[in-house]
Amino acid sequence: MSVSSDQLFEFLCRMGDNTLVLGHRVSEWCGHAPVLEEDIALANTALDLIGQTQMWLGLAAEVEGKGRSADDLAMLRDVWDFRNVLLVEQPNGDFGQTLMRQFLFDAWHLAMLKALMQSSEPRIAEIAAKAIKEVQYHVERSADTVIGLGDGTSESHRRMQAALDLLYPYVGEMFVPDALDDLMAEAGIAPDLAALRGGYDAHVGQVMAEATLTLPEGGFAHKGGKSGFQHSEHLGHMLTQMQWMQRAYPGASW
Amino acid sequence: MSSPNSAYPDTPEQTTKPKRHEWPLWEVFIRGQHGMSHRHVGSLHAPDAEMAIKNARDVYTRRNEGVSIWVVEARHISASSPSDKGPLYEPSESKVYRHPTFFDIPEDVGAM
Repeated sequence: MSVSSDQLFEFLCRMGDNTLVLGHRVSEWCGHAPVLEEDIALANTALDLIGQTQMWLGLAAEVEGKGRSADDLAMLRDVWDFRNVLLVEQPNGDFGQTLMRQFLFDAWHLAMLKALMQSSEPRIAEIAAKAIKEVQYHVERSADTVIGLGDGTSESHRRMQAALDLLYPYVGEMFVPDALDDLMAEAGIAPDLAALRGGYDAHVGQVMAEATLTLPEGGFAHKGGKSGFQHSEHLGHMLTQMQWMQRAYPGASW
Repeated sequence: MSSPNSAYPDTPEQTTKPKRHEWPLWEVFIRGQHGMSHRHVGSLHAPDAEMAIKNARDVYTRRNEGVSIWVVEARHISASSPSDKGPLYEPSESKVYRHPTFFDIPEDVGAM
């Protein structure tokens, strides 16, 4: 099974846009987190994700071969060209909602990177091996916070349950493969996404049980982010902030 | 009971102050890449020891400073009192012979 450079580009954009959009979202807390320690921890996470973006989109640009850079891809594409899952573009909400979104993504991210370390494409395996060390820490931290707040006061428990109810319907998109995902799996470049679900459910189930939170019933999943078919309204608003500088002053650099 | 705010005697005195929930303070010690011992680097707030280590990792080891972290709740540290300085430290000021500078250290000993 051979994969065209267009298809590989598309896949790399999915990985890079996930980390780019979530990294930007998390960076929105910088200077606003409830305590100094969390502020720095969130900024660290955001920086890790932006660093990973540089690797994914850097490789995407190289594969595309049209002379674009990672910066061009990040700052000069419009919303319909983004390939991130809908979960990561959801607004921060309160601190608990941000950490719930983080944990639901981190748990998937860890499983995905673990599998990508075995990728038949060595450059992808290399990026995954580098990123996984950061992500192992992300998921440890976000899981601890979800447990601490879920099993905390009645107020924090209420907020965490509301965050889980709101965000859980966005989990499905990460695991439901489309034609591109199937192609990547057949070529051994990426894992079969559906096969990652069992481990994810066990991991998330265990953390939610410790957090005394209840997973919502039903398998409904919002979709349309990674295919670029339909992003939520939030991504466009986010890009107006993130891309403002390059849009207002094209080519501006340090 | 006299009001602490005697200039405004009509102001009702607040009898129960709202309880403020603060995370305890932790002191952070880090052993550097080349250091033999943990050194105090600062303090932070955290709900428990595990989170204190995580916070210390994020606050104090961002630039690859350490290979090991210790945290201890600040209330568990007993400190000498600054007013005891005289009796505690001054007696040793005049006893230079306590410094091991009167011996030649054999080269084989290496770093001491």
